[in-house]
Amino acid sequence: MSVGGEHVPLLDVRHLRQEFPVGRRGFGRAAKTVKAVDDVSLTIRAGEVVGLVGESGSGKTSLGRAILRLIEPTSGQVFFDGIDITRLPARAMRGLRKHMQIVFQDPYASLNPRMTVGAILAQALNLHGLAPGAEREPRIIDLLQRVGLSAAQMRRYPHEFSGGQRQRIGIARALAVRPRLLVADEPVSALDVSIQAQVLNVLQDLQRELGLALLFIAHDLGVVEYLSDRVIVLYLGRIMEVAPARDLYANPRHPYTQALLAAIPQPDPSRRGRPAPLQGDQPSPLAPPSGCVFRTRCPIATAECAVVVPPLERHAPEHYKACIRQ
Amino acid sequence: MSTVHSSYPIASAPSSALVAIEDLRVAFAADAGAVTVVDGLSLTIERGETLAVVGESGSGKSVTALALLRLLPQPSGRIIGGRIRFEGVDLATIAEKAVRRVRGIDIGMIFQEPMSSLNPVVSVGEQIAERLRVHAGLGRRAAFARAVEWLDRVRIPEPARRAISFPHQLSGGMRQRVMIAIALACGPKLLIADEPTTALDVTIQAQILELLRQLRAELGMAILFITHDLGVVAEFADRVVVMYAGRAVEEAPVQPLFAAPRMPYTQALLRSIPRVNRAAATRERLVAIRGNMPDLRDLPAGCSFHPRCTASRAGCAMAVPAYEQIGTGHHVRCSRWRELTVVGAG
Repeated sequence: MSVGGEHVPLLDVRHLRQEFPVGRRGFGRAAKTVKAVDDVSLTIRAGEVVGLVGESGSGKTSLGRAILRLIEPTSGQVFFDGIDITRLPARAMRGLRKHMQIVFQDPYASLNPRMTVGAILAQALNLHGLAPGAEREPRIIDLLQRVGLSAAQMRRYPHEFSGGQRQRIGIARALAVRPRLLVADEPVSALDVSIQAQVLNVLQDLQRELGLALLFIAHDLGVVEYLSDRVIVLYLGRIMEVAPARDLYANPRHPYTQALLAAIPQPDPSRRGRPAPLQGDQPSPLAPPSGCVFRTRCPIATAECAVVVPPLERHAPEHYKACIRQ
Repeated sequence: MSTVHSSYPIASAPSSALVAIEDLRVAFAADAGAVTVVDGLSLTIERGETLAVVGESGSGKSVTALALLRLLPQPSGRIIGGRIRFEGVDLATIAEKAVRRVRGIDIGMIFQEPMSSLNPVVSVGEQIAERLRVHAGLGRRAAFARAVEWLDRVRIPEPARRAISFPHQLSGGMRQRVMIAIALACGPKLLIADEPTTALDVTIQAQILELLRQLRAELGMAILFITHDLGVVAEFADRVVVMYAGRAVEEAPVQPLFAAPRMPYTQALLRSIPRVNRAAATRERLVAIRGNMPDLRDLPAGCSFHPRCTASRAGCAMAVPAYEQIGTGHHVRCSRWRELTVVGAG
């Protein structure tokens, strides 16, 4: 089942599974697999911002990478602009890459320390044969200015920049090739609070100016709400709930979404002392619970929840939840 | 008794305070001379009180905790001035052996990454028991039995079975519970918690904060809680010190700090946090703080925050503002606080 748009979406992910082998295969012993992403379907329309939220082990990073085919999905299909990229030969995939870019979490590890910022951006343009010759430098300067840096800074090296500036360079590099879809994987999680807002604002401005589709991956519902049109909540590789941002925060239907929202510390001392919304740990992804994967921590689970894998059902327009109890 | 000095003219530490840090200065050796990372910090922690020290990277918050424990990285880190009184005794100057006793019994500590503090090849029960054998003089059997009790106290299910587990067999949340058990096993008067929930998922963070709240009520220890997260501060602290670039810039009981912060940095920090159920309703833009964290080797003249401050005037670059008392227990380091409007978290 596909969730979302009436029109042909820019990205259409159908029944995506991403499994990883764990441990060694021994004599008479099959290798275990972790289902990092388990039957996920989603769509993103052109120009739409979709937040993808989950805690560690939810599969959000694997999903982001499988969508871009940075890792090969185990099964399922990913349609980009109507083309199934999971079946695409390498050469054709390279041609599509410039339309799909990614910004990583760690701005320290994702920039080559031995290249100037100008060279990093030039390399991105080169790779896709964009802005040749005399067009190149003005293009690089324009990119830097769009992310709030100056032309003079193109001759500097990554270590001369702060974390927030580096993340903006990462954004400039991703946008250099004018992609139609940007996957941003926890782009502000490693930054100081006072710097996060700068980077989020830059990302939001560029998304609107360029009409980008954005898949914004985060562990933090607060950050996601601020940018997203729709939000997807993931738990142990499965979608628990999808809804327009306003609807999800005002009217969460899945007990896991409700717990995630209740767990966010609020900068309001009068609200302190609320009990922790969930007890216990997330089960191992190696041995996920039968039925609903959330049932072992769910405050309203019944015996039936151990038997039935809850389908993602429509609750309201564009609002879907995978819970048989709500 | 305690000396009154210029950077903190109002509160000379009351003698009842458990901890009284006075004009602490910490420096790190660097290529081009020493860098001062904590510059004239004074604070007190009363018995049973939870004091949060909030700041971003380079604020000096974690270095303050390490200095208090005399655990500054050697040989580069050094206390170059001030006093750290713990129950009246200056920890900055007493012998190493005496400090070790204080660390073992009177002060417990937990850090962001429990894995780096736990021994990977010793069972968690044994690690708690070791604390009790060395510092509380318990025998092997009694210490292990007490360790199992502690695992139960930090709400670890099946404590007897878990006691023989190794750290890697536990989840991040469980490991932090074990660290809390080790830190509290000898009944410390002070728990130092340096970003204890930062590496944890938000649902597990809520569990750990709840546990710490319960243990605080049961045991009555004081807590020095170090964090970058104002949400966690609001949930947990009695009083708050906000640090920026090595100096305290605002201090207040938790209610007034959030309702009426006076330092522009505190106000801006509060406004830059995405608040749930705000943005979607109003589509408001986050208020970003311009610029970057200053380089401690090359701090701006005067108020360290002035280049990033929307309220700064020429005068702000002239001198480091005094740390003024502006209300009961409320101090602020801003020469313009009287003229500025109060913007709370509201």
